[in-house]
Amino acid sequence: MKTPEQLAPYDRVKLARDAGRPGSDDYIAALIPDFFEIHGDRAFADDPAVICGIGTFGGRTVSVAATCKGRTIDERVRRNFGMAQPDGYRKFLRCLAQAVKFRRPLVTFIDTPGAYPGKSAEERGQGQAIAECLYQTSAAPVPVVTVVIGEGGSGGAIALGVADRIIMLENSVLSVLSPEGFASILWKDASRAAEAADVMKLTAADLLSFGVADTVIPEPRGGAGEAPKLMYRRVGAAVRDALAELSQLTETELLEARYRRYGSFG
Amino acid sequence: MPNPFLERKLKLDILKSLRSPAKREPRRTVTCSGCKTELEPDVFALALNVCPSCGLHMYISAAARFTNIFDGGEYSEPFPCAAPRDVLAFPGYAEKAAEQSAKSGLSDAGLAAEGKIGGTYAIAAAIDISFMMGSMGTSAGGTVTRAAESAASRGLPLVIFCAGGGARMQEGVFSLMQMIKTSAAIRRFSGGGGFYVSVITNPTTGGITASFASLADITLAEPGALFGFAGPRVIEQTIGEKLPQGFQSGEFQLDHGFVDAIVPRAEMRGTLARLLALHAGARI
Repeated sequence: MKTPEQLAPYDRVKLARDAGRPGSDDYIAALIPDFFEIHGDRAFADDPAVICGIGTFGGRTVSVAATCKGRTIDERVRRNFGMAQPDGYRKFLRCLAQAVKFRRPLVTFIDTPGAYPGKSAEERGQGQAIAECLYQTSAAPVPVVTVVIGEGGSGGAIALGVADRIIMLENSVLSVLSPEGFASILWKDASRAAEAADVMKLTAADLLSFGVADTVIPEPRGGAGEAPKLMYRRVGAAVRDALAELSQLTETELLEARYRRYGSFG
Repeated sequence: MPNPFLERKLKLDILKSLRSPAKREPRRTVTCSGCKTELEPDVFALALNVCPSCGLHMYISAAARFTNIFDGGEYSEPFPCAAPRDVLAFPGYAEKAAEQSAKSGLSDAGLAAEGKIGGTYAIAAAIDISFMMGSMGTSAGGTVTRAAESAASRGLPLVIFCAGGGARMQEGVFSLMQMIKTSAAIRRFSGGGGFYVSVITNPTTGGITASFASLADITLAEPGALFGFAGPRVIEQTIGEKLPQGFQSGEFQLDHGFVDAIVPRAEMRGTLARLLALHAGARI
């Protein structure tokens, strides 16, 4: 087993995608035992790639949303490998609207290769659905904390990732597209993915240095799947700390800080 | 939209050139990428780069778009287009950017302008795809954001000509953050009562579609403009689905409820002027 120093960026990509890693549903079950899941976008369908609901965390009710890949083959198929449809993003918008209405903090978990790139998704406005998530969350007057637990692929990931605090697990990644896609577009050769991962700067450590991530949670050697309970505890503590910090801000301060945060990139 | 006058002028020009042997030397013409008609550059420019024969809307620069929509072709630039930032120290990006800049005459893909459209003062922005396919990096994201912020603080309407393949890969996650940055700026502008017209031009995909392009009060599209999130090649390669002709065109998006009207380039100025006037008239 490689030590953290020996891990190349592409090794971390593989760890981020490892099926033995706890999924969003596992973190939700462990941290929010009374979680009540809501279903459907009230327009077309319920998308199993996106989990939304409410529950108690840190002694108060919070809204929760996540992209979820599933761990077994059956689960992965049911959840479409975590690739959300527009209906999933619109379910998130429902969840967000409730968080705003009842002034509940919002906690999101990200684990997705990206939004579903299919015909049906395009027909129902995949781009519009994602844009609306960015647009509405940017002005939602409640604290938003995001945890990237595995793969954070492109626009489909950040739709649930407009946040005041972004926590990344040590072996999670966030990128503009997959290293395979990157290599195939830039060099017309998908097999150069490892090389692409080297130049893409997609690891948690890279994103911390850019200020995209605020906190990186260490993982045991071999990845989060080696000690899930330890990871639940660490993630729970990090989310609690972030929410405690954010609860000190007024709504105006919160929104101003969020706007400045994203304005600072570029 | 075939224009009979331009078509006639074109034919006359061809006849004239055949008549005088002196003019028969090879002249540089523009070939329509749709119907392959050879077009005289003057005719092509006069038609705003729309083929008079088949109506295909071809590439037009951001500057030519501004000249076309502002009254008398007069506008000013509220701020210059910033050069790309090599935020990741990406191998070869600086050279590529310099080469693209020399080729296109632009610093990057996003440009802003302000002036009167049908008498109403407005701020406009446009993505010019001649610079790295109009991909959105920190520069173009910054242009859209500053245009929205400037329009918000001055109480002006905003028009954005959207285009581009999405993220500037060489700027990695910073490019991804531009989707949030621009969406947040449009949200603030809109929250303050600002009026925003988005014009979808060919091609508008990826992160452009999934941010500011889809967040307008009124969304117009040029005829035949590709407008979608995942491009046709990505869908065919990843999912293996065959796509019908016209999938994701502006007309397709009109049918599916994501576009308000298809507006030919020649009618763009008039349509924008009408919308801006209607908006101004609603103010109490």
